Amino acid sequence: MTTQEVRLCGLLLQEHFGDVVEKVGTHLIRCGVLTLRALAHETKLALDLVKKSLCVLMQHGMCTFGAGRRGPAGPVEYRISCERILHMLRYPRYIYTAKSLYGDTGELIVEEILQRGQMTMSSTVKTVADRLTHNMPEGQSMDYSEVVSAFSQLVETHFLQRCPPVASTGSSNSGAVDTPPPAVAQPSEPESHPDCYRVPYINLTGQGKRRRSSEDGEADQRAAKKAKVDNNECGDEGIFWQVNFERFHLHFRDQAIISAVSCKLDQTSGEIVRTMLRMSEVTTPANAAFTQALSANEIFRALPSNYNIARPILDQYLTLLVDDPMEFVGKTGDSGGGMYVVNLHRALANLARATLESVVQERFGSRSARIFRLLLRKRHLEQKQVEDFAMIPAKEAKDMLYTLLSENLVQLQEIPKTPDHAPSRTFYLYTVNQLPTARLLLQHCYKTIGNLIERRLYETKENKRLLEKSQRIEAILASLQATGAETAQLTEVEEMITAPERQQLESLRHHINKLDSSENQVDETIFLLESYINSTQASR
Amino acid sequence: MMAGRGRGQLTFSVEIVGIGKGENLPPSSVQPTPLFPPLDQKPVPLQTGEEAEYMLALKQEFRGAMKTLPFYIRPAAPKKDVERYSDKYQKTETTDNSLEWKPDWRRFPKELRVREKRPQRDKSPAVPKQPKQPRVDKEEIIRKLETLEQKEEEGSSDEEEGEKKKPEEEEAEGEEEYDEEEFEGETDYVMSYFDNEEEFGGDSDDNMDEAIY
Repeated sequence: MTTQEVRLCGLLLQEHFGDVVEKVGTHLIRCGVLTLRALAHETKLALDLVKKSLCVLMQHGMCTFGAGRRGPAGPVEYRISCERILHMLRYPRYIYTAKSLYGDTGELIVEEILQRGQMTMSSTVKTVADRLTHNMPEGQSMDYSEVVSAFSQLVETHFLQRCPPVASTGSSNSGAVDTPPPAVAQPSEPESHPDCYRVPYINLTGQGKRRRSSEDGEADQRAAKKAKVDNNECGDEGIFWQVNFERFHLHFRDQAIISAVSCKLDQTSGEIVRTMLRMSEVTTPANAAFTQALSANEIFRALPSNYNIARPILDQYLTLLVDDPMEFVGKTGDSGGGMYVVNLHRALANLARATLESVVQERFGSRSARIFRLLLRKRHLEQKQVEDFAMIPAKEAKDMLYTLLSENLVQLQEIPKTPDHAPSRTFYLYTVNQLPTARLLLQHCYKTIGNLIERRLYETKENKRLLEKSQRIEAILASLQATGAETAQLTEVEEMITAPERQQLESLRHHINKLDSSENQVDETIFLLESYINSTQASR
Repeated sequence: MMAGRGRGQLTFSVEIVGIGKGENLPPSSVQPTPLFPPLDQKPVPLQTGEEAEYMLALKQEFRGAMKTLPFYIRPAAPKKDVERYSDKYQKTETTDNSLEWKPDWRRFPKELRVREKRPQRDKSPAVPKQPKQPRVDKEEIIRKLETLEQKEEEGSSDEEEGEKKKPEEEEAEGEEEYDEEEFEGETDYVMSYFDNEEEFGGDSDDNMDEAIY
């Protein structure tokens, strides 16, 4: 784990789970695998606090446990997943995607499961139905069956999956163990479980309950706890569901490819690629370099009905897509009117390349970007060649190249002419390697988000007094309104915040919104670069 | 090899990478770069639109929601030096270290389970009993008051007060001891001399305009 990743993970843990979990989590990231005692000893925290933190991390799937180095008889060891913590940046995107695919019900289901880490189907259905009922007009309520159907849809399309079963823990007594102790140090992958995507039959009928506004938060919490306790009467006890992040990532990847094609060519080409991806959704494994081959006939039949394009036009579009230098679509054969595949890995590489070029352009100007693109295409160029090909005067080209070199976006490659590597008899060539540059940029992104979060925390801390004051006044206003106060009283309370304070609050809110939006946007870049880097590793 | 001399002992001749002889190079930096350097190229504005705004709202709501869930662990508040009056009105965090949510313990290692702190109560009997007492007192008192209300309707009064006060004395170890017992038991005056005030001037409720002698 790099420094920036560790720092970002720490900030995310602190924001969502508090300082204690942050301390425990950061220490586990740095040390790798640890036992409970070692963790408590090294972090100098109370043992109970460490236990609580580990429970929280495990509930959210960020920490796993298994038999340690001393085998099943020894103490249990805990391991944390940095990657899983970084997914927290993308939670809004997951929730938004669920909303766009399955409506408000889907959105709330995914949001609840993300908030609680893992949930049973029955408790999810009850909580979501209650939330939806709360937002509906008086007298209406959400039926459980609708929520169940949305849940089932999410499971069928693999966006939700069962949590992998956990083998009996290594710390159990050796007295009457009938199952053999687990040989692996980690619980199994969720997909290896055959029932991974099977919706259990639950005996759950009813409707969402409307929360009375007079109930305070404590009553809700007690009610929520009670709801969890009696899920055993629904028949799905012990079956927990978690969000399948990989499936969402595949969806995002497809979205990125389709929008790139639509931008570069046109809407219809985008639709054709969307159709191809949709058809090969279930047949293509997760890390495949390209989809299954589809014949032009099949594609024609599967196009959405509102796209009335004739068969020869479709062929023309496909030829256009194949000939495009971005190489999104490739032709693998001639049977069935032509066999076509979507080149997933190449598409990701091209998207990553476009990202790198865009970064150079926005940071250093379009002429530096021209040099960068040139080096990407031509691989190795000498100083003189760069000046000639880029059509930039020597002095400026030199300046730009050195700036890029100092930022590590461009490297210098020595090619000796003689065995003794004499400097006067060596070629020095400028070059750009896409993969290491992508990794570098990814680390920059992690650092950027860390900076954004820290700045947001700083701004909040600086204005803490003002924020607390405004919260108190809002609470007073709310209680006054609830008891039916006159407008004169309300305005009097509102005036407790002076105009300059109001302005300060407004600008603070504006800054925080901007910082949050920036985090979301940087995360999109992170996703593209991570997908590209993972695709190169998978193909090895 | 020797050609590198003169430009600060570089390992290769810099003519090849384009720095001519005697050319002015920018001065080498001797301090870290400024924290907020002026940018030549201004950054591109953020994406706006419905999607971006909705995701922003989702993000902020999620963050706020996580702070209220039991997964947000706050360390136990440090022990105060002196017990203060305002403590009664401030919400204290849960000081016991058990989880406020119930995970499925079959999926977690047994060692993470925090047992309920039963033994601790035996070690320090004085402290836990204190907060328990007022509640017990109140319940007892309310019950007693209810029974006494019924009895009052039947008509006995002196004995009620005595009964009411005795249970208070029995339970309130820390509370101020009632003087009534002393008053009733150890005075030199015989209580029966002191008639209930109700008889004296008790009939004059109706006609207050008459002077009372």
